[in-house]
Amino acid sequence: MADVTLTVDGNKITAPAGTLLIEVCKSVGIEVPSFCYYPNLSLQGACRMCLVKIERMPKLQTACTTVVSEGMIVTTDSDEVRQARKAMVELLLGNHPLDCPVCDAGGECELQDMTFSYGAAESRYMEAKNHKDEQQWSPVVFFDRPRCILCYRCVRVCGEGMDVWALGVQNRGVSSIIAPNREDHLECEECGMCIDICPVGALTSGAYRYKTRPWEMKHVGTICTHCGDGCKTTLGVRRADTGMQIVRGDNRDKSGINHDFLCVKGRYAFDFAENPDRITTPLIRKNGKLASVTWEEAFELIGRRFAEVRNHDGGHAIGVIGSTRTTNEENYLLSKFARVVLKTNNLDHLRTADFPALAAALRGKLGRTASMREVYDAPAILVIGNNPTDQHPLLAWQIRNNVRLHRSRLYVINSQHIKLGRQATGFMPIPAGADSKAVAFLAGDESAAHTLIARGATREGWTALRDQLCREPKLILIFGSEIRGNDVSTLVRFGSDIPGAKFVALADYANSRGAADMGLYPDLLPGYQQVSEPGQFGEEWGEIPATPGLTIPQMAEAARANKLKALYVVGSNPVARFAIDPFTFAKSFVVVQDMFLTETAVLADVVLPSSNAYEKAGTFTNTCGDLQLVKKAGDVTGTKSDFEMIVRIADAMGSDVHQLVPFGGAVRADMGQSRGAQSGEADRHAVWLEARGLEPKMSPFDPVAILDEIQRLVPGYDVSRMNLLAGNDQHTSLSGSGGGGQHNPELIMPANDTLFTSGTLGQYSRALNSVIENRDREPATPEVAAD
Amino acid sequence: MATLVSHPDEVRVVSKRFGKGATSIDRYLELDGYKAVQKALSMPPDAIINEVKSSNLRGRGGAGFSTGMKWSFVPKQSAKPKYVLCNGDESEPGTCKDRLIFEHDPHAVIEGVTIAAIAVGAHTGYIYIRGEYRYLSVIMQKAIQEAYARGFLGKNILGSGYDLDIHWHGGAGAYEVGEESALMESLEGKRGIPRIRPPFPAVVGLWGGPTVINNAETLASVPHILLGGGEWFANLGTPKNGGTRLFCLSGNLARPGVYELPMGYNLKKMIYDVAGGMANGGELKAVVPGGSSVPVLLPSEIDIAMDFDAVAKAGSLLGSGGVVVLDDATCMVKFALRTMKFYQHESCGWCIPCREGTDWLKKTLLRFHAGGGLKADIDNMLYLAENMLGRTFCPLGDAAAMPMIGFVQKFRKEFEDHLEGRPCPYETRGVVEKLPVMA
Amino acid sequence: MKFSPEFEQRFTQMLTHYPTRRSVLVPTLLYAQDEFGYLSEEVIQELARRLDLTELEVRNVISYYSMLTLKPRGKYNVQVCTNIACMLRGADELFAHCQRRLGIGHKQTTPDGLFTLEEVECIGACCWAPAMQVNYDFHENLTTDKLDQVLDEYSKKGMQ
Ligand SMILES: Cc1cc2nc3c(=O)[nH]c(=O)nc-3n(C[C@H](O)[C@H](O)[C@H](O)COP(=O)(O)O)c2cc1C
Ligand code: SF4
Ligand code: FES
Repeated sequence: MADVTLTVDGNKITAPAGTLLIEVCKSVGIEVPSFCYYPNLSLQGACRMCLVKIERMPKLQTACTTVVSEGMIVTTDSDEVRQARKAMVELLLGNHPLDCPVCDAGGECELQDMTFSYGAAESRYMEAKNHKDEQQWSPVVFFDRPRCILCYRCVRVCGEGMDVWALGVQNRGVSSIIAPNREDHLECEECGMCIDICPVGALTSGAYRYKTRPWEMKHVGTICTHCGDGCKTTLGVRRADTGMQIVRGDNRDKSGINHDFLCVKGRYAFDFAENPDRITTPLIRKNGKLASVTWEEAFELIGRRFAEVRNHDGGHAIGVIGSTRTTNEENYLLSKFARVVLKTNNLDHLRTADFPALAAALRGKLGRTASMREVYDAPAILVIGNNPTDQHPLLAWQIRNNVRLHRSRLYVINSQHIKLGRQATGFMPIPAGADSKAVAFLAGDESAAHTLIARGATREGWTALRDQLCREPKLILIFGSEIRGNDVSTLVRFGSDIPGAKFVALADYANSRGAADMGLYPDLLPGYQQVSEPGQFGEEWGEIPATPGLTIPQMAEAARANKLKALYVVGSNPVARFAIDPFTFAKSFVVVQDMFLTETAVLADVVLPSSNAYEKAGTFTNTCGDLQLVKKAGDVTGTKSDFEMIVRIADAMGSDVHQLVPFGGAVRADMGQSRGAQSGEADRHAVWLEARGLEPKMSPFDPVAILDEIQRLVPGYDVSRMNLLAGNDQHTSLSGSGGGGQHNPELIMPANDTLFTSGTLGQYSRALNSVIENRDREPATPEVAAD
Repeated sequence: MATLVSHPDEVRVVSKRFGKGATSIDRYLELDGYKAVQKALSMPPDAIINEVKSSNLRGRGGAGFSTGMKWSFVPKQSAKPKYVLCNGDESEPGTCKDRLIFEHDPHAVIEGVTIAAIAVGAHTGYIYIRGEYRYLSVIMQKAIQEAYARGFLGKNILGSGYDLDIHWHGGAGAYEVGEESALMESLEGKRGIPRIRPPFPAVVGLWGGPTVINNAETLASVPHILLGGGEWFANLGTPKNGGTRLFCLSGNLARPGVYELPMGYNLKKMIYDVAGGMANGGELKAVVPGGSSVPVLLPSEIDIAMDFDAVAKAGSLLGSGGVVVLDDATCMVKFALRTMKFYQHESCGWCIPCREGTDWLKKTLLRFHAGGGLKADIDNMLYLAENMLGRTFCPLGDAAAMPMIGFVQKFRKEFEDHLEGRPCPYETRGVVEKLPVMA
Repeated sequence: MKFSPEFEQRFTQMLTHYPTRRSVLVPTLLYAQDEFGYLSEEVIQELARRLDLTELEVRNVISYYSMLTLKPRGKYNVQVCTNIACMLRGADELFAHCQRRLGIGHKQTTPDGLFTLEEVECIGACCWAPAMQVNYDFHENLTTDKLDQVLDEYSKKGMQ
């Protein structure tokens, strides 16, 4: 839009026509206070805090509803305006309980701040305050009516933002009240957005209320450890006798790819960390029972047995199963450890999306993957399969609000009537399991049509959809695990002909994408490079087995045939996930690193207590391929990061840790000039560091040491280190990846998590369990409208 | 059924058919019914609007905005359908005139809506009547049916090729819903929360379409303007205040009632001649000239012409035409309390100053009148009202603040006399043991 | 839960008067209340279903309008206006008289379920003050005696 020029407090400002005055003021650092105004939510003009003087207008005007116009002359700081603001605060405080000393919001309350700024401290109010008892609306949402200032933010974020519409306004006048959809409680997605957006302490979190004071916490912005979307969540931690306790998860830091958004898991499900079942000492099976031992004893045993098996039976007698919730550094290290130290390609993980197929299909195609941020801006989006509202809450939020705020067009192909259908321009119902036919049809296979002509969908309809999609510039094609193997390449073939089209494959766990990118596959190295042609990894890792290893089911096979002598499981629960008969591994030496005694851990000979993603540093790659920094927030004494444990085991096996983790070396190295390409990794690492002006790593347990190597060797990961460390998301690309491979798609097993479950981890979250138990509770007798 | 009164000074235009059985369409037709619509159909729309402009008809709902002007704001071309909405929510304390129109002359309203529709090019009209007036919606629904039956409504009205539907709509108890934008929300089936303006209803109204909103009396005047001519109507009143007005004279008067008097009729005469002066020997203490929302006038201030401009000059407002007359047996603090109790009860609660301000004022007055008043309260109440004024989301806040300011400024002594725990020294009309409280 | 034929007929007809279904909500709620004396859970569910609204939305609307109620009332809802015009002509005494005579207060119902008493805002009878409404019927120019007569009649009517 054309620009207009206006004057605010004497400053000439140019802004696009149609911009709201309050935003223009903010953009030039002029503060206009507001309660009810919230960016990207509908306008209210209700709190009257933003009143300003506009020339040629008799009354003060609300900056939150005024659109700037040419020549407008605005005063935001006259006595009249200041008095108006002061009066509003005084009026609000009239019926406000002022229980700040015990209020959760005390110290981070917008009403407190306004009172401070506009000095309405001395009260003229003499009357009795209207009281109402606090209500519990759900296990995680509490409502304290007297504190509510009726800014209607919660109502709008729940309705407009979440498309849940669980909050309303009831009664009128001074007895107006925010009301939940089931009379005395909430039935909703429990996202807790209403709590985050509440400017005061009216809506409080069941997980946090009355636990601590904001200023007693340290706030760490890190990445959520649940689904594959990768929201930034701000964890409030405070000292506890067991280390650092996480007491709150919220979204105060809006710099993440999720802006305002967090779902129930990101907000409340950090409490698995303090679950009493958490293991905090290493355990070794002694005459049938798991008994606690020292770390040294455990590492010594593991090192010895692994070495024995490798040396006598060979690496192929060892199996390694990696995790979808450990960091990229840990996954890369595990990948390298398995090949270089254990000498095996028997490496796998729980697969929930066919990334190898996507990598293969996109090979050499630049800029064909979409970031989570782009999903919020794209003019058109196609979603095939999956149910993002349940399985990818952030993705669903991005799509929903893109449609609402940018009028983008959404096309949905699904066998269920998923909630996102409400936002869809075109919704194509298909018979269950027909997703691959749909893709085939889009790619031009007319014969696929007859399967699709069902449930009201016609051939014309399908043809129209295909033509429409082809006409969509910058289309983002998002597909669930229903699309795998050849269907992926078919879809990419269709999409590649659309200018600017980009792809997103949906995987279920926080670092599923990272596990795939880091090569937790029997036949693929990091960057989807076949083990048969190791390329740079061959050069740098030295000699590694060249034939593809065993998948998880094959490992179980081998174990039954007594061919798998040892199994090393890092943060995974294959026994439960693959329903493997518990006796399968009876004869193998099984080592499990986990937080809990999972179905797999109870079978182990050695169990090592590991820390989780909230308790360590590193990086995650979300399902879109956005690389993000994971920061250490919590700490539970008696646990170690998987990274450290892998290194310790390698050390216990007598292997040269320098070769595994490039650390320290730089100090002694001659920078490699003399020996050039032949010098050791440590030297080459030092050269590379020098070239980039980075610090040499002094500790073998420092994940950043291996991050250097990842960025150097894994295609697509050479992103800006500065931005990454600064906490910004960096999109990685698949275009430079290796050929991937034909990937027995039957191994892909979607987690089918709902909003309230999160694989094995979820079972240990009190918050999630309480929410599940609370579903469909019957309302008590309705409260009569007070008037 | 409300009883009718009369006085020689009355000039009967809108009330011309009162008590003449005009609820039946045949009778209405005998009394020149639907002639104005016929005329309107023969005129170009702009001519109708100009006629109304020249009549100096100003909104009878309270704001007194020029009706012709308002109609002219409606865009000629509009993608969305246009609407006419008759405001019959009549809830302003002291006002009971629209009720008589609906009761005695429902077809005049239908005719007014029809003419407005033709003038702005709308094909649908709604007549919104407050829920308490159930017997009037019965009358109105019957009248509408008759009008359809006779071809005054529906497809191709009077063979003119113009289609027009008019429907009745009912409220369910809410003063704020009389505010035009809240009225539209209510009609759309929502809570009566006003809308952000601009855009104004004439441009973006019902379901996003341009909408003319007028008071029932305003619309009932329109047919007479078309038949008698704008100039004739204008000359009935004073400059810029055309026509007559249904004044609701209530309170401690000998002959209270609804009288139709020319715009600009003297207030003092209204009280002493038309309404027969004060009832049972009382002395005049104060007059609220335009419904509860306007500042009170002292006996010394009532020798004024009752038109929008003169009353404004006298420091109050003509408002809804509800003239409430108080005698010396009235306690102004209690009167203020009852007034604030009304606004506290009727505030929609959307914006802070109105929601909290009205509650605060009511509570303070309650304590104050009960004898618990402090000196500081008086200035606090003034402070509160002044800080609500002009800063609320809709005019209801002003409607509460303006009278409050008036009471304190003009009757400060009476407030002071309530101090130091003294029981109300004024209320001689048998004080009720316990003041009924609406929570 | 079943509505009367008149209700159904009016409802179906009103739906044709507006571009959106929910527009009929406010008047429909009042008519529904007239059928059952109050707005019960079932009525709310039924209307929500018919108008494609959530029950929450319907409750939000109900709780805004002072004539609508979620609790049963007496057969006769005695609504005494105590607003300014009526107050000036003795409405407070009138209301107090009702309280004494019926032995109940604002928004309370007599044990026999015959009367509910309510102090209401201006009902548009200012020129015929003091006034009250019993259900939808106006009673104006009241005095305590006249009030007693009126209530007697309703008591009689209510008995049979
Ligand atoms: C709080 C409030 C209540 C109102 N109540 C009514 C009412 O009951 N009847 C009415 O005609 N206008 C009422 N109005 C005025 C309307 O907003 C609107 O100005 C009027 O209906 C326009 O019609 P008119 O131009 O013919 O007066 C009210 C305004 C406010 C602020
Ligand atoms: S959407 Fe996913 S990443 Fe975001 S908070 Fe929820 S679970 Fe965590
Ligand atoms: S921010 Fe403008 S009124 Fe609330």
